[in-house]
Amino acid sequence: MWNRSSLMKIGYALGALAVGAFLLTECGPKKDMMGAGDAAARVYVAPGEYDEFYAFLSGGFSGQVAAYGLPSGRLLRVIPVFSVNPENGWGYSEETKPMLQTSNGFVPWDDSHHPELSMTDGTPDGRWLFINANNTPRIARIDLGTFRTAEIIEIPNSGGSHASPFTTPNSEYVVSATRFSVPIPDADVPVASYKENFKGTITFVKVSPEGAMDIAFQILTPGFNWDLSHAGKGPSDGWFFFSCYNTEQAHTLLEVNASQHDKDFIMAVNWKKAEEYVKQGKAKAWTSEYYHNRWDEKTHTAVSEKKTQVNMLDPKDCPDLLYLMPCPKSPHGADVDPSGEYIVGGGKLATVIPVFSFSRMLKAIEEKKFDGDAGGIPVLQYDAVLAGEVKEPGLGPLHTEFDGKGFAYTSHFVSSEVVKWKLGTWEVVDRIPAYYSIGHLMIPGGDSKKPWGKYLLAMNKITKDRYLPTGPELNQSAQLIDISGEKMRLLLDFPTVGEPHYAQALAADLVKQREVKIFDIMKNEHPYASKSEKDARVERKGKVVHVYMTASRSHFNPDNIEGIKVGDEVYVHVTNLEQDWDIPHGFAIKGTDNAELLVMPGETCTYKWVPKKAGVYPFYCTDFCSALHQEMQGYVRVSGASANVPLSYGTGK
Amino acid sequence: MRKKSRRSLALASLLLLVVYVTPLWWIRLDAPQYPEGLGLYIWVDRITGENPNDLHTINGLNHYIGMKTITPESIPELTVMPYVVGFLVASGLMVAWSGRRPLVAVWLLVFLGVLLTGLVDFYLWEYDYGHNLDPMAPIKVPGMTYQPPLIGTKQLLNMKTTSLPYLGGLAAGLSFLTGVLVLIQEWRTGRKKGQTNEAISNAEMAASGR
Repeated sequence: MWNRSSLMKIGYALGALAVGAFLLTECGPKKDMMGAGDAAARVYVAPGEYDEFYAFLSGGFSGQVAAYGLPSGRLLRVIPVFSVNPENGWGYSEETKPMLQTSNGFVPWDDSHHPELSMTDGTPDGRWLFINANNTPRIARIDLGTFRTAEIIEIPNSGGSHASPFTTPNSEYVVSATRFSVPIPDADVPVASYKENFKGTITFVKVSPEGAMDIAFQILTPGFNWDLSHAGKGPSDGWFFFSCYNTEQAHTLLEVNASQHDKDFIMAVNWKKAEEYVKQGKAKAWTSEYYHNRWDEKTHTAVSEKKTQVNMLDPKDCPDLLYLMPCPKSPHGADVDPSGEYIVGGGKLATVIPVFSFSRMLKAIEEKKFDGDAGGIPVLQYDAVLAGEVKEPGLGPLHTEFDGKGFAYTSHFVSSEVVKWKLGTWEVVDRIPAYYSIGHLMIPGGDSKKPWGKYLLAMNKITKDRYLPTGPELNQSAQLIDISGEKMRLLLDFPTVGEPHYAQALAADLVKQREVKIFDIMKNEHPYASKSEKDARVERKGKVVHVYMTASRSHFNPDNIEGIKVGDEVYVHVTNLEQDWDIPHGFAIKGTDNAELLVMPGETCTYKWVPKKAGVYPFYCTDFCSALHQEMQGYVRVSGASANVPLSYGTGK
Repeated sequence: MRKKSRRSLALASLLLLVVYVTPLWWIRLDAPQYPEGLGLYIWVDRITGENPNDLHTINGLNHYIGMKTITPESIPELTVMPYVVGFLVASGLMVAWSGRRPLVAVWLLVFLGVLLTGLVDFYLWEYDYGHNLDPMAPIKVPGMTYQPPLIGTKQLLNMKTTSLPYLGGLAAGLSFLTGVLVLIQEWRTGRKKGQTNEAISNAEMAASGR
């Protein structure tokens, strides 16, 4: 007979089997359910509540910046920077077109790589976000009060701005180093004359206390490929560190030819010394054409200025300016720890992560522990500058950030993982997979003096099976990892805008308190603004027609316009009269080869239109503004070029 | 009049000065789309938004129901009121200085007249804005008018409208009440003449609520 205890045993055994079967089916390594535990609760931000951090992810090939909230991963906004954005008229409206002006003319796209928050005393302060354009070398400054691109400066004498726009501890400078060495100044020479004619440059862009950028000086370098950089801080403040590859100076099949040297370099730049040399007049004035585009908040219009000269420092005339630290193989990251003592190199083909010591570097310079030179720049002895090596960390170490609690986290592209290791002992203490092929990683404030060491964001290049498939073209992704405990834990992963190449994040309050809600219409100095409906009118000057139009819930003034002729150059200046938060109005005319406008409260935006055919053209508000948004519309009558229809306009007449 | 009453009356008059630095009345509008709220302050000499652009925004919204634009410049009371209050302050101080009891009653009567006129006038303006609507208004709800309450809360379409006295209005009310208390006390003192001083001071304590 079955007694009670044997029945219970059978019951337990069946129960154990069921749990085992569940684990086998549901908890395979692919689903990584292991330890999901309270992950959902950790990233849950209740409706109507705010995230703890603003994270700014570059869009890579999208050319923009996307702002997300962490830990929820909610997309807050995409900020147009280097690429036109028909959604709101960026690069299409007359006011924004000058922002994308370069020495090559209007460039509608770029590849935005490294966002960098402005800093005060080595920590993010929430004033601005800088970002580089990799393709047509430029640096943009985004105003975090408006989440708009406020300034773009072109970098001359550069083949591509990659090691950029890293900043000094008080944002005195942002830098740009050329990824492609090129003839400098550019010239029509054979590519095979690389070693003879190709050079690199490192550019220091001065940032004024108000944010205005200006190229202070450039430094001519050997023709290597400059990759990434970071400024020194604390004891190493006054220095900048740049990684490079292709010290072989190959010009073709770089994947092979630029991977031959056992060691490339991290270059230390004494920028305080560079400042002195510039002051002493050691810089030569080079004629170099570049554009500096600034957004004027008063006129709501960009102004584009062509510049023609830079200060160029040649290291030949400037001793003690540059030193090379050998770094195995083709390093990517050059990352300075919160104390400012350690510089971590991420040699993407290396089997170790070398960590350099700033104090040992100074000592080696003093004791002249050199190992010859490269392109005339002294090379320091590897052993003399090394603090330690992280042995066998993983494959393809790329980029390192810090938690402020004595640990470093390095992304590994090839083995697709994040590796946590201890500063000082150089021991690997934990690792966690990334899905898949992580590039940069980011800890809020993780490259600053005071990281918020709570979360880590892994940014991945490949997503394959991570989400519902969308054909051959898939979104890339970011993964949020909890680093508050001893073991790293994956909390969340989410698809991103473009390529999330790199990111910056900071405590939300530092940004939230700056937010502008509306533009004061009384302070609108746009030359074509209509500050009230009384100012609404249409003026013709020959073939040029200016429409002074107001938009308010729920009508345009004027909304009927007649007397426009085929071939006229029509400028519709739409002023949004609202002074109420989150009430933009949109504007578009049927059949125009232009994008729409989104006009914020108190702002004036201009829509250019050259009508090609006679007829009646509806226009309407494109941003759902009110209960009678659908009624917010009007008509323009376009007559033949030689017609005699008089100019007339109005609303409600 | 006793010294203490004269001092209280002087203070009551001076309390009225508060209306020059803070609004008399507050009208608050809450709607689903306005989690931050919209509001109007009615001052002795002007109408302003609770936030800088609220008046502009409220006027913009009101055109949907055909309400007239609220333009403070078109309300003549706002130019007169500062002088009326100034007169009350000055006359109150003079009554306190003169120490003549009947004048207190006269001053209070004038004050009451000002208060009631003000409230009735405010009601009439509210009535005018709430009822005198443009027949061409986009939103017409049969039988619906939009007069905000004098004091209290009322749902007007999507707007929960709350109207309450603000610090200035409360100060004016307190000033008037103080005057009334002074009058009562003086009247009682007059009636109890001949009683002991102790009893007088007890009555004083009771009247002042201490």
